[in-house]
Amino acid sequence: MLAYIVRRLLYALPILIGVNLVTFALFFVVNTPDDMARMQLGVKRVTPEAIEKWKVERGYDKPLMFNSAANGVSTVTDTIFFEKSARMFVGDFGRAEDGRDIAREIGNRMLPSLAIALPTFILGLFVTITFALTLAFFRATAFDFWGIVLCVAAMSISGLFYIIGGQYLISKVWRLVPISGFGDGLEAWRFLILPVLIGVVSGIGSSTRWYRTIFLEEVSKDYVRTARAKGLPETLVFFRHILRNALIPILTGIVVVIPMLFMGSLLTESFFGIPGLGSYTIDAINAQDFSVVRSMVFIGSVLYIVGLILTDISYTLVDPRIRFE
Amino acid sequence: MLKVENLRLGFTADKKILAAVDGISFAIEKGETFALLGESGCGKSATAQGIMRLLPAAGRILEGRVGLDGEPLLSLSEADMRAYRGGRMAMIFQEPATSLNPVLTVGRQIGEVLERHLGLSGAAATERMVDLLRQVGIADPERRLTEYPFQLSGGMKQRVMIAIALAGEPELLIADEPTTALDVTVQAQILDLLAKIQVDRGMGMLLITHDLGVVARMAHRIGVMYAGELVEVASREEFFTQPHHPYTQALFEALPEISRRGLKLTTIPGQVPSLAAMPSACRFADRCAHVMPVCREVSPPWREVADGHTVRCHWQGEAVTDDGTRHAVTELDIDPGKPFLQVDELKVHFPIRKGFLQRTVGHVRAVDGVALAIFAGRTLALVGESGCGKTTVGKALLQLIKPTAGSVKLGGSELVGLKGRRLRDARRHMQMIFQDPFASLNPRLRVGEIIAEGMGALGVETDAAARATAVAALLEQVGLASEAIARYPHEFSGGQRQRIAIARALAVQPELLICDEPTSALDVSVQAQILNLLKKLQAELGVAYLFITHNFAVVEYLAHDVAVMYLGRIVEQGRAEEVLRSPRHPYTQALLSAVPAPHLDGHAEVIRLPGETPSPANPPSGCHFHPRCPQAMDVCRLNYPAVTGVSGTHSVSCHLIG
Amino acid sequence: MMGFQIVVLWSDVLIWLLVAAGLGVGVLIAKTPPLLAAWRRVGANRVGMASATVLLVFVLIGLLDSLHYRAQLESKAGQKAVYAIEVLSVLDALAAPLRSRNEKTYSAPFATRLYAKETIDLPGQGAVRDYPRLKHGGKHLGEREDEVAEDAAFTAFKAGVLSFVAWLGVFAAVATVNRKKSPKMKLREAAFAWDAVLLTLLLILLIAVPLFWLSGHYHVFGTDKVGQDVLYQILKSVRTGLIIGLVTTLVMLPMAVLLGIVAGYFRGWVDDLIQYLYTVLNSIPGVLLIAAAVLMMQVVIDTHPEWFSTAAERADLRLLALCFILGITSWTGLCRLLRGETLKLRELEYIQAAQAFGVSSWRIIVRHILPNLMHIVIIALVMDFSGLVLAEAVLSYVGIGVDPTMTSFGTMINNARMELGREPVVWWSLVAAFAAMFILVLAANLFADAVRDAFDPRAA
Repeated sequence: MLAYIVRRLLYALPILIGVNLVTFALFFVVNTPDDMARMQLGVKRVTPEAIEKWKVERGYDKPLMFNSAANGVSTVTDTIFFEKSARMFVGDFGRAEDGRDIAREIGNRMLPSLAIALPTFILGLFVTITFALTLAFFRATAFDFWGIVLCVAAMSISGLFYIIGGQYLISKVWRLVPISGFGDGLEAWRFLILPVLIGVVSGIGSSTRWYRTIFLEEVSKDYVRTARAKGLPETLVFFRHILRNALIPILTGIVVVIPMLFMGSLLTESFFGIPGLGSYTIDAINAQDFSVVRSMVFIGSVLYIVGLILTDISYTLVDPRIRFE
Repeated sequence: MLKVENLRLGFTADKKILAAVDGISFAIEKGETFALLGESGCGKSATAQGIMRLLPAAGRILEGRVGLDGEPLLSLSEADMRAYRGGRMAMIFQEPATSLNPVLTVGRQIGEVLERHLGLSGAAATERMVDLLRQVGIADPERRLTEYPFQLSGGMKQRVMIAIALAGEPELLIADEPTTALDVTVQAQILDLLAKIQVDRGMGMLLITHDLGVVARMAHRIGVMYAGELVEVASREEFFTQPHHPYTQALFEALPEISRRGLKLTTIPGQVPSLAAMPSACRFADRCAHVMPVCREVSPPWREVADGHTVRCHWQGEAVTDDGTRHAVTELDIDPGKPFLQVDELKVHFPIRKGFLQRTVGHVRAVDGVALAIFAGRTLALVGESGCGKTTVGKALLQLIKPTAGSVKLGGSELVGLKGRRLRDARRHMQMIFQDPFASLNPRLRVGEIIAEGMGALGVETDAAARATAVAALLEQVGLASEAIARYPHEFSGGQRQRIAIARALAVQPELLICDEPTSALDVSVQAQILNLLKKLQAELGVAYLFITHNFAVVEYLAHDVAVMYLGRIVEQGRAEEVLRSPRHPYTQALLSAVPAPHLDGHAEVIRLPGETPSPANPPSGCHFHPRCPQAMDVCRLNYPAVTGVSGTHSVSCHLIG
Repeated sequence: MMGFQIVVLWSDVLIWLLVAAGLGVGVLIAKTPPLLAAWRRVGANRVGMASATVLLVFVLIGLLDSLHYRAQLESKAGQKAVYAIEVLSVLDALAAPLRSRNEKTYSAPFATRLYAKETIDLPGQGAVRDYPRLKHGGKHLGEREDEVAEDAAFTAFKAGVLSFVAWLGVFAAVATVNRKKSPKMKLREAAFAWDAVLLTLLLILLIAVPLFWLSGHYHVFGTDKVGQDVLYQILKSVRTGLIIGLVTTLVMLPMAVLLGIVAGYFRGWVDDLIQYLYTVLNSIPGVLLIAAAVLMMQVVIDTHPEWFSTAAERADLRLLALCFILGITSWTGLCRLLRGETLKLRELEYIQAAQAFGVSSWRIIVRHILPNLMHIVIIALVMDFSGLVLAEAVLSYVGIGVDPTMTSFGTMINNARMELGREPVVWWSLVAAFAAMFILVLAANLFADAVRDAFDPRAA
């Protein structure tokens, strides 16, 4: 088991390097630092001096990959690639446009993101799986049919509508909870309840349909017939036999997103003014703060890869065929 | 005990209900085995599921009565029915591999029956489970209880299925093709087990099968089903000595066996009518050799021909043993001169990668040193159980799988290691026919394109018009109408598809056809058609066959030479008469004796092999067969026996010989 | 007659290419019975055909909006013709009244006055703060401003009756043709779901005709901040949504299909490389990759203003770039699916039979593997559409979507949501945009379901 995890971790390394190279190419090769400076400074104030100053301030004045002016190790280290991309491997993300340390900022913003994303995830999972299981249980009945119609309709509604509509109705018309903001400690729940609710509702359509398909696929398998031939009641057939087997494909889909919960949700956080990583990213995109976007890309990839590893591990927990290999 | 009356079952399709089982009635006594016999699609599985009320979602019980000791099962509420299912009546299924829940332990799966029907749990349940596993012949039951299905072999899974069925102490056991997915030696074990349990417990058993051999081994009474109806019910003796219905008779005559060598097998023309287009009168009329005008007008009534022997047929004549339809097929007995294809020390090993960095830690020795010689115009049968590597040999000959070592010489030139143009040239001389007629034809191509593909690729016929003529000629040769050219594979039945596959292989005029179980997916009557065709083609074209199969009846009927494979090696080979009449290797002997013969007196002494074929990744030391060999000696554990010649053509690898 | 200069935008080229490809594929399908049979199953599906009818209306709007031109400005004879800087489409020309009759700022649906009070000079009363009368909305009513409801209802009724009569004509035509083809069969029992199509058509006519009729007199969905008619914006958004939904999939399709099949068929190091490639791309969170790429694209566009002669061209190129970026970030899913399927297919016996004939690998891929993967490709194509239309709205909201000057559902929502804080709220643009998007996406989803049911071999 340990060797397995170590191997998976080692596999992750080349992928992270690949991600690093892709982002490096995107941020520094497609556009030169000069282009970025021109864009940041605005067309009017562009002078060669201003561009140079902008680059020096941010350390973009170095050569891209290879510094022929330096000696020894620093031919490689004293470059944009090493300073800006390779150092992300040790958690050094540099500074944002406003001069703050990105790593610290990320650390501070993770918790609020998680405070929204985790309850949304857990509650959403519970609601959709329950709903999907119910639909599968009453398959090929009118209940199932209308449930599916509801799901397709819910899938066809824009996520923005759920947020805007929910905010308008619950906060503005009914005035049940504050429209946006974030508080510390126990007070936070008043701010959390609406975004979590909206997050759950907006995910119901597609997830329910997906889970239902998985359940139905299991329902038609031979072992289910065996279970029925034993005289087990249908509820037991579903909960003991079908649910356990359906968990395996469901796990692939969901475990991979668990680490990503740290990243928060772009839309929800910006609409509700939650000081998490999602709104951090959006602000950075709007302000065209390249170092922050670059850092978020890297962190996102790391979390995704962690998710992949967790998926593999969770498989071994649910599926005895893999556990005993 | 079980009484089925006028049971009708249907399946909904496109808002219509098509009757798959149309008014069948039978009864099973305590301690009796009643076999429902029929070809695929005749409704026998639906009958079993209908009795258990376990029909798939589209299935409907239309009418009829099913009584278990007088209790009307069909009018019970679903909740009450559950008390019967798994309790007084239990069922085992065809595919042990998929019928067990993969994520629950064996103990859990047996235990839930004990809990449901006997209210047993805890230590008492464990004790009972250990007892049950022991009854079904599983060694080390305590350990097995904590294992998962994937840790068990195919035969053991079926034993566990039987244990699950027995757990509720049923009075009636329904076995739906319980051994079809298993190897012959394992089939023999499971059949023995079922027969023993039935006698011990005095259970009634409904056995569903398509195999006349299994019927002969197991059944007390037999019901023959055709197109959703029972057509003949007879006791075992009557059934095997005096079959009355033309369909039953044809089933017997379509069987390939040694006595019919050189004769054309009787076939049943046409195919089972589809549910949507069922003839209103006798459903067999269109395929019947004795059809009369009345057969197409009136559905035949039941008629008692002997005590307990009833038949549903207008025709009252006696079976004619040979009505002249069986023309002798000319045996092309070419003197085996120089072998056409010579295989030596052929090895195919697949690496097993494991651990850190995926190093190769071992090899699956699928084929481990095979030597064969195939002679022009003759048939060599390569026989063995699943996983012995026989299919891999076939593919390695064609270089579809790259051999790890060894040589394949075609008329003196080496094939192993050939590439590109020269390999393509060599492939003209041999082609392959595959097992599954549904997977071997591309569904998106027309039959004409499928057959012409090889001609184009191998440059046999480049002119389009000449190619079209050639395709039409090939279709005629395999017995299909030339209009098939423009049609798609899905419009054909399994047997017809296999004909198309044969035509495709013949298109490049090969001298050798590698036939990989070409009839194992087909019903007996269709199998006879294909075997006849293969024989005819050999007589006409002088083509040699490498016939890969597990079916000894086919071997007896068709083969000139036989090679028996076990775990990647050939243990015995020689002329068909030599190997089949006087087998010398204990494995060959056991295999031959395990085949259930479709006769009353077919099983004098069955040599029972314990266990199952081990994994080729980790073959036993010494002689691979020694752990299962009834005559194993000390030397067998130490080294692999050398090939010993028994006669000029017959050789065996066994320490008992030489 | 004013002269005009035809303008061919890159997205126009792609969209008409798509139409041509669609027709080509149609001919191809008609020649291959298995595919034809699958499409017949789609045709027999009532829900599928009803949604296809709705989609067709959207596509028609989009196509009309994909024929662009620049109108000639008035100039003296003999002078070189000068063309307007504004690029218009046929749809613009057809909807000229909608496009040109702008108000000053917000007005509610069917309003006759602006939504905000202004100081107006009334003759005789001096400066008064009141809601000023709209320049166009309800002008024909003159003083009878309070009769809007009656007038609108009457006009709608007229239009409704007219459209019903028109529909009866269509119905009769279809019924006659059907009777000729199969005299015994009722329309309800026809193999093609004519009943669903006709019913949907009736519904569309009953809604659309009165709406457009009324839009001649009123702003049926109100006007936005700069006084533009919301109905016009909705019509213009359709093309953007269609391009995002279709071109994106088309961009990624060749790459996904080629790499997926090659990886699955050849295995070995090719497979490792392709798997590595898509794992890397997959591991970058989609939105962030899109954000990074769009930011970079923006820099390119901003630093090269000389590339574009009109604003429309710039917006158009940005739209296409967005499609490419979305395509590049979304091909991995289909690629993985096709790889897995190819792995299964290559073990099938007909592939081995072809190999035994020495058929070359590429020929096996083209002849045996690709046709047997087509259903997956088609399903992916229709399934992705709705997701992409929805994604556009979100991306535009985040600021990494289409050019802000380009009308799309996303930009409409983005502009409108600022006004939700107003008292009383300006709701109409938002509601109209969401409703239109809902209808488009719902139709696409239902159609996709019908296609999947028809093509999925497990269902067949």
